[in-house]
Amino acid sequence: MAKNNAKDIEVKAFATHHLITQPNPLRKVLRRVEEKDMDDPVGRAEQALAGLSGEFKDWMTTEVNRLSAAYVAIRNDGFTKARRDELFHAAHDIKGDAATFGFPAAAGVAESLCRVIEHAPDLEKVPAELFTHHINAILAIVHENTKLDSISVSAELSRRLRKVADDYLADVNRDRPEHLEVILAPSIVPAE
Amino acid sequence: MFRIDFNKLRFLVCDDNPHMRRILRTLLHSFGAREVYEAEDGATALEMYSHYVPDIVITDWAMPIFDGLELAQMIRQPESKGNPYAPIIMLTGHSEKRRVTVARDAGVTEFLAKPISAKGLYQRILNVVANPRPFIKTKTYFGPDRRRNTNSAYMGPERRVGEKHEVLQQPSLLDKARSSI
Repeated sequence: MAKNNAKDIEVKAFATHHLITQPNPLRKVLRRVEEKDMDDPVGRAEQALAGLSGEFKDWMTTEVNRLSAAYVAIRNDGFTKARRDELFHAAHDIKGDAATFGFPAAAGVAESLCRVIEHAPDLEKVPAELFTHHINAILAIVHENTKLDSISVSAELSRRLRKVADDYLADVNRDRPEHLEVILAPSIVPAE
Repeated sequence: MFRIDFNKLRFLVCDDNPHMRRILRTLLHSFGAREVYEAEDGATALEMYSHYVPDIVITDWAMPIFDGLELAQMIRQPESKGNPYAPIIMLTGHSEKRRVTVARDAGVTEFLAKPISAKGLYQRILNVVANPRPFIKTKTYFGPDRRRNTNSAYMGPERRVGEKHEVLQQPSLLDKARSSI
């Protein structure tokens, strides 16, 4: 759609690289307007997102069921690359989506589970309880989140599981500095 | 102040999670976009990219067949017949700094860590529309200039060697420390 002709693209050659510049191909979609004429696209989008919120619990249940099924397959038949990837992707999706769906504590637990899957040197040797506690916590958070008094409990549960998982990962990776560095590095997502 | 005419923009959204695609579609339509194409894996996205020639690509990282990182690398082929310059916004649950670096080195234009927000998405789109960066081609990289800012306080070797007048002669930190003793 918005693409410049080759003649508009200017290439400067340097010893180790080329610098390629061109007129902004998207300049035609930018319009200068007075402040009074600005609408509020972000506010409009937030309202539309709020309109979807009635479906979030069902969506979250679907995601949690996928996670449970992934772990059941591993418990029954052991880890393979495909089963490990499915467990990771299910947890990873919850990590990314749960806060949007209104379950921030579940996102925290899922992140902790992702870190275990990603950084444990041998998944077969990870205590089964570490997996089941994470998965059961996510299930509980999603099923109980409608009760207001359970929100702080969920957050505390998430924090404690993260601590247990991080202590485990720090211990099993003590001779793997490249993993240890990643485990101890802060997230780029600001804490709530 | 600038306003984006979203109705003139064509988006390609690539995410294997149908819920996230629905959220993205809702947000983009609310911004005013009319043309939003969706793919659930990298291979389909690449096919749609060639077919629809979108203005902006929004992609997840972890996806089946090939992932968002590979998709970015395939789009950023300088000799391709398609458009290798389209802005790519990577929307992902990965939130570690090293992932941002890997995405940047694959040619991703903007990185947006989940959870998604309307404001975060709008700001990334505004940035790629209003402030496009020049492209750099080296033996190992083709994509938007990875240097977003000129840091006049930078001390260290100039890693990007240019023509004579563009080589920055800067003392090393060690030399600087020695001279200050």
